[in-house]
Amino acid sequence: MTPTKEEEYSQQEAQLDDLYREVILDHYRNPRYRGSLPAPTVSREGYNPLCGDEVTLDVTAKDGVVVEVAFRGSGCSISQSSASMMTEAIMGKTVQQVESLFKGFTAMMQGSEDIDLESLGDLEALAGVRKFPVRVKCATLAWHTLQEALQALEEGKG
Amino acid sequence: MTEASPMAGRDALEKPVKGLDVARIREDFPILAREVYGKPLVYLDNAATSQKPRQVIEALVRYYEHYNANIHRAIHCLGEEATAAYEEARAKVARFINAPSPECIVFTRNTTEAINLVTYTWGRANVGPDSEVLLTHLEHHSNIIPWQRLTAEKGASLRYIGLTEQQTLDLDGLENLMDARTRILGVTHVSNALGTINPVQKLAAEAHRNGAIVLVDGAQSVPHMPVDVQAMDCDFFAFSGHKMLGPTGVGVLYARPELLEEMEPFLGGGEMIKRVTLEDATWNDVPWKFEAGTPNIADVIGLGAAIDYLNDLGMENVRVHEMEITEYALRRIRQMEEVIIYGPPDSADRGGVISFNYPDLHPHDVGTVLDRHGVAIRAGHHCNQPLMRCLGVSGTARASFYVYNTLEEVDVLVDALGQARAFFSNDTN
Repeated sequence: MTPTKEEEYSQQEAQLDDLYREVILDHYRNPRYRGSLPAPTVSREGYNPLCGDEVTLDVTAKDGVVVEVAFRGSGCSISQSSASMMTEAIMGKTVQQVESLFKGFTAMMQGSEDIDLESLGDLEALAGVRKFPVRVKCATLAWHTLQEALQALEEGKG
Repeated sequence: MTEASPMAGRDALEKPVKGLDVARIREDFPILAREVYGKPLVYLDNAATSQKPRQVIEALVRYYEHYNANIHRAIHCLGEEATAAYEEARAKVARFINAPSPECIVFTRNTTEAINLVTYTWGRANVGPDSEVLLTHLEHHSNIIPWQRLTAEKGASLRYIGLTEQQTLDLDGLENLMDARTRILGVTHVSNALGTINPVQKLAAEAHRNGAIVLVDGAQSVPHMPVDVQAMDCDFFAFSGHKMLGPTGVGVLYARPELLEEMEPFLGGGEMIKRVTLEDATWNDVPWKFEAGTPNIADVIGLGAAIDYLNDLGMENVRVHEMEITEYALRRIRQMEEVIIYGPPDSADRGGVISFNYPDLHPHDVGTVLDRHGVAIRAGHHCNQPLMRCLGVSGTARASFYVYNTLEEVDVLVDALGQARAFFSNDTN
């Protein structure tokens, strides 16, 4: 049985919907915590040379808790919505919680089976990106920038 | 999508494209029969690399199955046959670009290596602290980075010719662009990112008037239009085989014979020497002086087969075909009001390349949706980050055409672009 035109069309749509889940498009159109902080504890820039995606992340931490966060940048919907979703996910969390989110998220993007997707909340929406290998780096850009920011925090460097 | 577009497609199909029998050509390319995500492949990424006809693939198989041997040294039948085929390919390349002799043709890995050969040999001997190297804003990274490294090493200055609003080279005051310090002008014949065709002959004349020489990057011109390096009067001309129906791994450097004679070798080793002692060596004649080690014999022979194929089609016909497709695509894409098209408006001023963007969609998002409809385009900075910065974008979507593309495929592209627009808009609700 060859699929009808309509069925074929909906297959394409279904695959695209895996990549561009509604929550992702929502963050792309209405980014959370977009902007910059006047005096962040750390600020780090990330760049993906393949796509030209750019993300700058400002984080202010007090007593081991992320109390302020902001990002800015330009790039594809996946890179920018991932950054927005990440800021929302880490706001108000302890550095330890943020580190465990980072581990969970990168494990998910690497296709690991052994992760608790529920613990990732909305971030789970980005799991569909795994089916589009060239786009995985777009989704992880903000997180690798965050990792650098966390390292700087631990080393006490602004 | 409007209702008019499928009609436009049918009209287009009934009118055979001038110049080429595309239906017959398509039968020569096995890959065009495959599907991508259940859709027929619409391959519009030809500026990145072209597909290969059966004739080229068979030339590779024939070499490996019948006369595989190392060249120039073997005292046996296979070696003689391989040497003859390799050198015949050099002669074919020379005739194809109207080089005065096969000895002006050096085989490299690709355009990038050809340009690096020039910066490492001619550049190191001829560019000094008081020299200037002139490039343009339209250059691919391969014609920027080697010159950045050379001028940094030598303390020379590096300047660029800018762009007009039409995204052509700004040649106002051409007579003041160069002076006695200018040693070389590096310019692309056709921009890989925008398709702009540059007036290389005029630029070469101006460079020579100032005592400078000219390197032309022909990676995007030789596959698509007749090229005559003598009429162009360039000093170096570089291009790649894989963008002109040939295999990957073969590039070509054409150089004026007297330049090749005076240049030092690039890589040292076997093949490029005449006599070797423990202390020193003398160099082989040109062009072999620049081909150290066992070369890419099979793929050079494959490039020769690609040139045979293009000669059978006729490069004038190839150009006419691509202009017609480009004109049609420009017209169709212009009808999509939101889409911004970059590069010169007239298809006579551009190769078969169209760069475009939806103002609010990233080219990678567009590219991903198109891919799911079987349409392969390039999305990104096209190895030209300075140009993208100049256009104020992080990248563009780029469709590029070749001998096997049809007007119907342009319709598929336009339809898929409409789907991309709809996909991202529907979700706003």
